[in-house]
Amino acid sequence: MHLGVSESMRECEYNQISTRSSTPMETPYKNRTPKKRKWESFPGRNKFYCNGRIMMAKQTGVFYLTLALILVTCGLFFTFDCPFLALQLTPVIPVIGGVLFLFVLGTLLRTSFSDPGVLPRANADEAADLERQIDVANGSTGYRPPPRTKEVVINGQTVKLKYCFTCKIFRPPRASHCSLCDNCVERFDHHCPWVGNCVGRRNYRFFYMFILSLSFLTIFIFSFVITHIILRSHRFGFLSALKDSPASVLEVVVCFFSVWSIVGLSGFHTYLISSNQTTNEDIKGSWSSKRGKDNYNPYSYGNIFTNCCAALCGPLPPSLIDRRGFVRSDAPQLAPPTNGITTYGATQSQQGHMVSEIKIKAAATPLLQQHSSEPVILTTCPENGGSMPGRGPLTLGGPCASLPLGQPTPPTSIPSLGCHEAADMLPIHGHGHSHNHSHPLQEPVAHHHFLTPEEVPSPPGMLPCGSPMGHNHAMQAGFYNPASQDSLHEDSVRGLVKLSFV
Amino acid sequence: LSPYITIMPYITIMPYCHHHFHNLQELRHSASLANKVFIQRDYSEGTTCRFQTKFPSELESRIERTLFEDTVKTLNNYYAEAEKIGGQSYLEGCLACATAYLIFLCMETRYEKVLKKIAKYIQEQNEKVYAPRGLLVTDPIDRGMRVIEISIYEDRGSSGSSSGSSSVSGSTAR
Repeated sequence: MHLGVSESMRECEYNQISTRSSTPMETPYKNRTPKKRKWESFPGRNKFYCNGRIMMAKQTGVFYLTLALILVTCGLFFTFDCPFLALQLTPVIPVIGGVLFLFVLGTLLRTSFSDPGVLPRANADEAADLERQIDVANGSTGYRPPPRTKEVVINGQTVKLKYCFTCKIFRPPRASHCSLCDNCVERFDHHCPWVGNCVGRRNYRFFYMFILSLSFLTIFIFSFVITHIILRSHRFGFLSALKDSPASVLEVVVCFFSVWSIVGLSGFHTYLISSNQTTNEDIKGSWSSKRGKDNYNPYSYGNIFTNCCAALCGPLPPSLIDRRGFVRSDAPQLAPPTNGITTYGATQSQQGHMVSEIKIKAAATPLLQQHSSEPVILTTCPENGGSMPGRGPLTLGGPCASLPLGQPTPPTSIPSLGCHEAADMLPIHGHGHSHNHSHPLQEPVAHHHFLTPEEVPSPPGMLPCGSPMGHNHAMQAGFYNPASQDSLHEDSVRGLVKLSFV
Repeated sequence: LSPYITIMPYITIMPYCHHHFHNLQELRHSASLANKVFIQRDYSEGTTCRFQTKFPSELESRIERTLFEDTVKTLNNYYAEAEKIGGQSYLEGCLACATAYLIFLCMETRYEKVLKKIAKYIQEQNEKVYAPRGLLVTDPIDRGMRVIEISIYEDRGSSGSSSGSSSVSGSTAR
């Protein structure tokens, strides 16, 4: 039983995806290994390059496609069309084209490589503190605590803050959890596969500059290639003009299709910026007047100019995740109190054993009663998981939209066990006299590779298994089930781990 | 707003202890961490960075309310200054855009400058106000701007009779 391991292990390994086989013997070993940078133990599903300087999403195939399209089209333009145009018309054309090209490339790379505004996950002490507050606020004694939301009034509008189960925080307003990157992102706009990254608070302006300059570039190339062909065909005839510069045909085709999509996208985002909304909010219709008479956007500054300036020229906040910092191994953390009551990990492993046994036994009995309701939730999950309209993991563009938004399928029997077991523990959790052994286990288990909780919508309640939907008046049933699946799976693994220790 | 922090049953409420910590090093070496209080974000004014000024009950016996509120209010003012949208931020934004953001290789953003000021302020507050009372304030940037974490320390050595409260709590448990 390794719950008695000093808290220092848990603290410094919180972000690491490691199996919990740590023993006190490992501590001296850890001090001898070279210091790791924080990006190496980042819990989200991101890829890092250049020793943490570059941060991208996991799936970057479409980004390379974007890059290739831009480079090839511009390369062909500069090689085949520009010499003719520079001679016949003016040499300013390649210069402008070059400037536009460099600007497009710069903004694209900046969008793709920068941190979109990822919120770091709560460490163990914070998460425990929040859980305590939630349980005290709810005062729940039953198996099904009410949904974890907090309401706050912003500029006269009531906004619901949701609790993120993966990151263990209450999400700030306008933040959302991206299931593809498995991070909560501030002012989440959407996850763009073309750019290979999420678009959030810190890189939205670069993204907008990218699509704006790209629309200018495509229109520029399109018009000048057409001009080139027309000028040539006046001299040599249409067909021979096409034969002389075959690349132009390719460029025209690429630009033609790009113009419609990119210019359309730029127009859409210009509208979003001027009304200070995110793609997420617009698609959900959060601030549309259709929802209610008094529904308005509390974040808007009132006029278009201020909204634009704020979005594009406002201060750029620093990255919160400190990718290149070193993992600290000497952070002070709460030691188990010397009195009989344990809060963060028991020093008495015997007691731990006993309590785990009791909990699982307690969990087993309601299982028999509740078992009939389990399959209902589990089977409906995949369908609902796939039909999420415009929540966090909204993807633009085709290829990556088929990424499964569903969750790994847990074994049918264990989730029920895990579900009720966790439910059983929750009320005890809050009353303080629990032996919260689940807690030290919960964090590392949640980061196990095979678990990967893909939290698509924000789960309204931790354990809605079998509970009446009426509990959750604000949420629709469609959002309910994948969340239960997610927390069920998490709890099922926790249950598995507890079983193995017992 | 629902009450966020109430008295937790597992924390024994002690009378006001006279801790004699003269500096941060002494605090870290001779005291043990007893509890942590988290001051959460206040979103009532939108997404700008603000922390709640509500005085947590765990600190009631440790520090005066006004001192605590002063600290949080000053921090809130610093963050408001960092995120202010006005002439200077527009200038900085336009200049950065014009230089394709390469200017940030040599210059640091206004936000970063203010963060440095905040770090200095917190260090100074810890030395002057919090450490003598057995408390330690963690810079919110180290916690992802989610919380202000205040660590509450207890005297580790309960051999002295002066630290009666900690030994009392220990003895009642056993």
